[in-house]
Amino acid sequence: MMGVTLSEAAAKHVQNFIAKRGKGLGLRIGVRTSGCSGMAYKLEFADQLAEDDLQFVSHGVTLLVDAKSLPYIEGMELDYTREGLNEGFKFNNPNVKNECGCGESFQV
Amino acid sequence: MALLQISEPDLSTAPHQHRLAVGIDLGTTNSLVATVRNGISVVLNDENGRAMLPSVVRYAADSSVTVGEAAQIEQSVDPTNTIISVKRFMGRGLKDVGDTSRLPYRFVDTDGMLQLRTVAGVKSPVEVSAEILKVLRMRAEAALGGELVGAVITVPAYFDDAQRQATKDAAKIAGLNVLRLLNEPTAAAIAYGLDNASEGVYAVYDLGGGTFDISILRLTRGVFEVLSANGDSALGGDDFDQRIHCWLLEKNDLSALNPQDTRLLLTQARAAKEQLTEHDRTRITAVLSSGELVDNVLTQDEFQSMSHNLIQRTLQPLRRALRDAKLSAADIKGVVMVGGATRMPQVQQAVGEFFGQIPLNNLDPDKVVALGAAIQANLLAGNRSGDEWLLLDVIPLSLGIETMGGLVEKIIPRNSTIPTARAQEFTTYKDGQTAMSIHVLQGERELVSDCRSLAKFELRGIPAMVAGAARIRVTFQVDADGLLNVSAREMGCGMEAAIVVKPSYGLSDAEITRMLQDSVQHAQDDMQARARQEQQTEANQLLEAVQHALVQDGELLDHQQRSRIEAQMTVLQGSLKTEDTLALKRAVNALNEATVSFAQARMDKSVAGVLTGKNISQLETK
Repeated sequence: MMGVTLSEAAAKHVQNFIAKRGKGLGLRIGVRTSGCSGMAYKLEFADQLAEDDLQFVSHGVTLLVDAKSLPYIEGMELDYTREGLNEGFKFNNPNVKNECGCGESFQV
Repeated sequence: MALLQISEPDLSTAPHQHRLAVGIDLGTTNSLVATVRNGISVVLNDENGRAMLPSVVRYAADSSVTVGEAAQIEQSVDPTNTIISVKRFMGRGLKDVGDTSRLPYRFVDTDGMLQLRTVAGVKSPVEVSAEILKVLRMRAEAALGGELVGAVITVPAYFDDAQRQATKDAAKIAGLNVLRLLNEPTAAAIAYGLDNASEGVYAVYDLGGGTFDISILRLTRGVFEVLSANGDSALGGDDFDQRIHCWLLEKNDLSALNPQDTRLLLTQARAAKEQLTEHDRTRITAVLSSGELVDNVLTQDEFQSMSHNLIQRTLQPLRRALRDAKLSAADIKGVVMVGGATRMPQVQQAVGEFFGQIPLNNLDPDKVVALGAAIQANLLAGNRSGDEWLLLDVIPLSLGIETMGGLVEKIIPRNSTIPTARAQEFTTYKDGQTAMSIHVLQGERELVSDCRSLAKFELRGIPAMVAGAARIRVTFQVDADGLLNVSAREMGCGMEAAIVVKPSYGLSDAEITRMLQDSVQHAQDDMQARARQEQQTEANQLLEAVQHALVQDGELLDHQQRSRIEAQMTVLQGSLKTEDTLALKRAVNALNEATVSFAQARMDKSVAGVLTGKNISQLETK
């Protein structure tokens, strides 16, 4: 099982964000059904561990993924990039077959 | 693809549903925009990495508007049309502003708020501020990758109703939805209070570019309460520049200068002030339009002595604020420094001595207000869960109505927490009186003439009774933005009249609508100008390319083909000189069409050129 990983840049930012926030176990990554192409990513601070959570550690950051979401994001790398004035997290997901124009939702 | 941000647990939004909200510090000298990203409040920089947008707007004769640094550079060249410190004029009449002889503007005194005559027409301070807000809105939308649901805009605690309403109107014209107006010291307290999780009574000493505010705040378990607010709405960093400016005039024996030279010396004075924060002495040089040379060395000691009484002027409101809060300097647990002018060592020292402690300054004093406003905006937009906190603010000046003899009866005393509602009963003073005029005032003085008139309205249809028999209940309601709603009701028959206070500075809804339309109109003009610019560039490129091709491969064309192309080129050159974008587009297309077969022929020729001169074996090895 490959799980999910963070790029080094993403890990550095997540650590920084959690430190400033003052609490948090790590990052929760998942998918939900919604959006124009069927699925949407979920990216949240994690304060609690749920029963069906799978844990991965990447560059020292704990990543929590619920068992149902994992098949859709297996092997994904989360990166942090800057585009013009905007900056944020980018999902490099090998399972994606189709994305909506803005990339906020996808199909597998 | 879209870039995502980390949400709080269970608060991930559906795609395209992100509630992007920003905090804006609309300052006298500089303005900033901030947002909460991945749980942290950050100031958004422009494409050059600059956080602060100078609050400077320049109007040009062709109605184009420049904002910020670019406008600031033009200050000394075109002072009359370059509006700086417009915040001082927000919701103010000419008589409120005081001595205008030193200001390089052409004022138009209208009922209520003054206006400024520029080369692009008469502008209200609301429109000028809207230009600044527009730039910040566009910066935020570019940085966040979407449309904003709203903004929290900060105002000095001292701002009265007219000034607050003017700020809201400016936001409306700039296309911003105002989630709330927030007092600047409260925003600073939010930035410090949350980051440092401190409790206790704090003083916020805010010496900005054009205003001085002192606020006494109590922070308990995440609740912010403003105990008292005081200040001087005409004192700030600009005045320190002015002192240096006057000193330069004296030193060089200069009398009245033209607007360009005044602006130039003020710009140099400001640079000198900033230098003296880090250095003991600085040199000021300038060449005036007369050719006269200004070259002086200013030392920290000289600057301190010339600005001594300015700093003393900040201590007086400080004492009053403490008195209002029924506290002494010793009760203050910490002092928050806000505003770039608090970087001056003599300010830090005077404040430190007054409170007997070193002021807090671990956040950037220029950014702290915007950072706090962003946190509040994030909360109001619904992007935060759990630990919600209440925000209590106070009314800076008492609100009341005029009674017989030109006296003011206070209905809501100053420092009441908002939102609030208070009512008081009044009666008629003449037998058979059937109407009553309600004159709403704001201020601490007893006489109507000394207070600020906010609105007037009439309650009619009071049943005729003997004097003193009618019971008229006047209700004042102040919403969370500090805006006032007044209603009057005759208790016997139930006749009612009400007013939302805002027209006091003279901008009617119709005028606001016109300004909104103007700004939309301009957006269209801007777009057309841009489309035309692009079309022209394309046309020029095409002409150049065809010209080049004719010179190179002209022999590929027969006489008829050639003259057809040349005719289309002449048409295109002609339409480049006109204003008609559509005709230009048509001419570009026509020339494109006319050259299709020519382009084909050239392509064939160049392919042939590659092939000729090479033998088969060379081609095969590729």
